[in-house]
Amino acid sequence: MTTRRVTIDPITRLEGHGRIEIFLDEAGEVANAYLQVPELRGFERFCLGRPAEEMPHITPRICGVCPTAHHMAATRALDELWHVEPPPAGHKLRELFYNLFMFEDHTLHFYFLGGPDFIVGPSAPAAERNVLGVIGKVGLEIGGKVIAARKEARAIMAEMAGKAIHPVFGLPGGVSKPMTAELVDRLKRAAPGFVDFAAFSLQAFADVVLKNQAYVQTILAEHYTHRTYYMGLVDEARKVTFYRGRVRVVDPAGQQVAFFEPRDYLAHIAEHVEPWSYIKFPFLKKPGWKGFVDGVDSGVYRVAPLARLNVADGMATPRAQEHYEQMFATLGGRPAHSTLAFHWARLIEALQAAEVVLACSQDPEILSPDVRRVPTEAPTEGVGMVEAPRGTLIHHYKTDRNGILTFVNLLVATVHNAAPIQMAIKKAAQGVIHRGHVDDGLLNQVEMAFRAFDPCHACATHSLPGDMPLVARVHDASGAVVRVVARADIGARA
Amino acid sequence: MPDKPKVAFYWCASCGGCEEAIVDLAEDILQVVEAVDIVLWPVALDFKRADVEAMPDRSIAVAFINGAVRLSEQEEWAHLLRRKSQLVVAFGSCAHLGGIPGLANFTTRAEIFATSYHDLPSLDNPDGVEPLERTRANGEDLTLPAFFDTVRALDQVIEVDYYLPGCAPPPDLIMGAVTAILKGELPPRGTVLAPNKAQCDVCPRKDTKPDRIEISEIKRVATSTPDPEKCFLAQGYVCLGPATRSGCHERCLHGNMPCRGCFGPMDGVYDQGAKFLSAFASVLAPRDEAEIEALLDQIPDPAGTFYRFSLPKSLLHRRRMA
Repeated sequence: MTTRRVTIDPITRLEGHGRIEIFLDEAGEVANAYLQVPELRGFERFCLGRPAEEMPHITPRICGVCPTAHHMAATRALDELWHVEPPPAGHKLRELFYNLFMFEDHTLHFYFLGGPDFIVGPSAPAAERNVLGVIGKVGLEIGGKVIAARKEARAIMAEMAGKAIHPVFGLPGGVSKPMTAELVDRLKRAAPGFVDFAAFSLQAFADVVLKNQAYVQTILAEHYTHRTYYMGLVDEARKVTFYRGRVRVVDPAGQQVAFFEPRDYLAHIAEHVEPWSYIKFPFLKKPGWKGFVDGVDSGVYRVAPLARLNVADGMATPRAQEHYEQMFATLGGRPAHSTLAFHWARLIEALQAAEVVLACSQDPEILSPDVRRVPTEAPTEGVGMVEAPRGTLIHHYKTDRNGILTFVNLLVATVHNAAPIQMAIKKAAQGVIHRGHVDDGLLNQVEMAFRAFDPCHACATHSLPGDMPLVARVHDASGAVVRVVARADIGARA
Repeated sequence: MPDKPKVAFYWCASCGGCEEAIVDLAEDILQVVEAVDIVLWPVALDFKRADVEAMPDRSIAVAFINGAVRLSEQEEWAHLLRRKSQLVVAFGSCAHLGGIPGLANFTTRAEIFATSYHDLPSLDNPDGVEPLERTRANGEDLTLPAFFDTVRALDQVIEVDYYLPGCAPPPDLIMGAVTAILKGELPPRGTVLAPNKAQCDVCPRKDTKPDRIEISEIKRVATSTPDPEKCFLAQGYVCLGPATRSGCHERCLHGNMPCRGCFGPMDGVYDQGAKFLSAFASVLAPRDEAEIEALLDQIPDPAGTFYRFSLPKSLLHRRRMA
């Protein structure tokens, strides 16, 4: 029996729409909490009948913030669909392009969305808890660096692939055009700066967060902790990879429980449906769906940066590896279950991405004109899987002999994390809201639970300038609003 | 100091790419923030529906709305912002024409639900659960917005004053529109804020276009790689350049891919797909009707290609409902 409902509608600073409903019991404790996703566009249906080669252009419109992830998952699916293996330079250019994207997306998240909670502070005045507050804290020069690094990375991406928002260069068997010598020169000039910037960001994280014992305690707090399974791609050496690899799953104790090729995902993953949200809730088939609970008996798993580091034996690049070791030493070993550690893992991945870009820039292969092998076989079926910034992304297509789509299944990064996000919201709310007391700082601490996932709501990552996005309306049992709590004017309105 | 003009940004059925396009203004966004008072931007700012509802009617100078209208909630927001705003700009292909989400007009709500919640092999849904507009969970009421059968462009829901085309609109057109509005230097109502010239007229490959194109074979990028210099149509690839407005900086063409029409038709043309079909018919080599038909049959998915971004704003509008 609940007596009060706290509604956050709409959730802002997200890619997409969302609403949180928190129900308080008579004692003012949190009985239940829901994050609802009132959004559905039906790509899996309306792509049927389209030519498969159009999918790298159509599916990025699922998300204009991570269009590159959809573009690349679609392109990988087309390789398999048409039974064609790209030449080395085709893979290399895609890998370069993809790591440029991971670098710019991850660093922006730190400065624009996730970072403010730490750099400015979880209970700092709401008006300062945004990117402008970050710039105020770290200085305008660094703010300029953020804008400059993003701008150059995206300019190079646009030169490579037509556009940074909704790129067009992926084709079955490779890419649509080689790189020019001028563009390679530009990349060579820019790449060392990307590595420096990623390393600088990790140093900022160390200085601001890790040297502050209160923040470390917050990261380790039980109400931000879930002991779940983890999933992510790993390369041949079982290191973190984004563009291609095999899928590894570990249990809450860190033991490998599955290691499979992307095309076998249906043997391992299923999706649960709830009537109160348009989003679906994937789970591991073996433990099965046990509801919104963690632990070894529940099939709930997590994806995205911390999950990728949890499943991998290490990072693929040397400087990122040092940080990987430091992170797990600080968090008490692998796997780490602290949701807020996603922020840390994200920056370590940004460094790996920048190091990969630097290595690619020095590889003569990227100047090769041999960037595509044209398919010769009839298309049948293909699964493409990449690691999007926000987690494992699966595109699965079947076509007729003419390459017209007859089947499309998409498991998008944020969807994998849908159940964990539900759980994170509820547990954080239960951890911070007591005796009916709701205020700005507490609401932010609830929000921090889902923000750590960067739930493909990453427009927020790229937003300027930001104010924190919560207004809570507290209703009594009859539904009348008894109090409105907004970040800017806590409790000022009734 | 007089109040700065109030500006709202909102999104309907969209991908967030239009928000990203605004952030891609980079340093220029700071000029915009300096000149206006942003009163709604869900992606970035802490303003809620109730805040907008409380504002006097027409107190917002301009609302930039992106995304198509797919759900009841989006329709409600469109009406609310129309009431509160002096100007409404349909921002990006989805608001302008329906966009990629508008391809759903080839299907129905029932088909989309059947696929998403019943048919896909990854589903484990033995009880056939579907999302409901109203449901009870643990004794509590939870609601979701209604999902319509038909996707609509913004001006099929509310009156629209200007259109900013593109998926996503490029930075110079965005800044141009903002600047024109701030200075009050506005073109006639209903104007599409981009050059009224066809892609083909500004195409970097136009010098390679023969005087008379004669297509005798339809090519697909899946099974061939386009020459990076030559006119796509002359090579036999379907390219919507003849029926598409320019202003995009030919970004896809620089990526060595043909135009898919995200900027929509030029002034005076309602149906972009029909316009393309008539242009395309004139460049086919065969003269004999049966041969023409055979050649057109080589085009995979003509409707989904010619109307890639504009199905809701076409004479077709949607597939006929049973």
